[in-house]
Amino acid sequence: MELNLLAAAIVAGLAAIGAGLGFGLMGGRFLESVARQPELAPMLQTRMFIIAGLLDAVPIMCIAIAFLMIFQ
Amino acid sequence: MAADTPTGYIKHHLTNLTYGEVPAGTPVCDSHGELTGETFQQASWILARCDAQVDAMGFWAFHVDSLAWSGIMGFLFVVVASMVARRASAGVPSGMLNFVEMVVEFVDTSVRDSFHGKSKLIAPLALTIFCWIFMMSSIKLLPVDTASAIAAALGLGYMKIVPTVDPNITLAMSFSVLGLVIAFSIMSKGVGGFFGELAFHPFEAQGITKFLLVPVNLILEVVALLAKPVSLGLRLFGNMFAGEFVFILLAAMMGYWQFVGSVPWAIFHLLVIPLQSFIFMILTIVYLSMASEHH
Repeated sequence: MELNLLAAAIVAGLAAIGAGLGFGLMGGRFLESVARQPELAPMLQTRMFIIAGLLDAVPIMCIAIAFLMIFQ
Repeated sequence: MAADTPTGYIKHHLTNLTYGEVPAGTPVCDSHGELTGETFQQASWILARCDAQVDAMGFWAFHVDSLAWSGIMGFLFVVVASMVARRASAGVPSGMLNFVEMVVEFVDTSVRDSFHGKSKLIAPLALTIFCWIFMMSSIKLLPVDTASAIAAALGLGYMKIVPTVDPNITLAMSFSVLGLVIAFSIMSKGVGGFFGELAFHPFEAQGITKFLLVPVNLILEVVALLAKPVSLGLRLFGNMFAGEFVFILLAAMMGYWQFVGSVPWAIFHLLVIPLQSFIFMILTIVYLSMASEHH
């Protein structure tokens, strides 16, 4: 078996764990805040999307690196 | 061409059209990228046609396609916006005018929300960054083979049309932002204030201990200063690169059936592209706002 496949699998798996935890925390906190103060929902939603964009950058770079490991 | 296997196809689609100097001894390729068996007798400046030439050019080479397409997109934005601005009137806006007004107003609101200070530069800068990145990244919604097929018909070896998939472009933009951050800091705090913030900031003390802490502070602050543009540029590059990679992978693996996967992915990218342009813009504003604050 080629080790680069294993490496890519580890990278992609860890990225998925991180992204899942991050999005779960973010979405949960967002719902909590909206439940507490529903009138702030539109403002919080914009901010949540900003943080979503910041958050998904890291795992998606891991995915790019994993692709590179497979196809280089 | 080396695009027969999936790996070769992917590599070919991720190579920029490069203009650079090849040293003597580099193999010559014909217009289909096949080696002719000859080699260059002396160092010469050429457009690369095959991988061997791209590798031989090394670091000091131009990515002609990234430069050209980013220029074209910037020019398009300027032309459209200035045409609309010339026709603007106090009456009921229509069509294109309405759209441009919406974008300008959206950027203006974001700047007002995030930038706490007065500057005539910030709002136009934010608008430029947002629209330019949006337009550069939007080219990737074209099917991946369109541009390289046209380029191949014109006799060019490579054509990677999405400029934001080239780290040179995204990092150039983010390091320009770093230059602006430094300029804003120096303008609002003076040269002494700027270097004082670098040298005395996180760990503060009185008397002689203040100077003993300078090396630690300097290392921390310089790293923090440089991490901003690097993460800014790599975030945009990473997102766009991964997106483009999936498009190319689908095209390589599924042939004409690629649309089964690439249409949903393109629809997802209708969200990702504006979001990433918006994040680049808002982080620029936040960094500049932090730079121009007094302590």
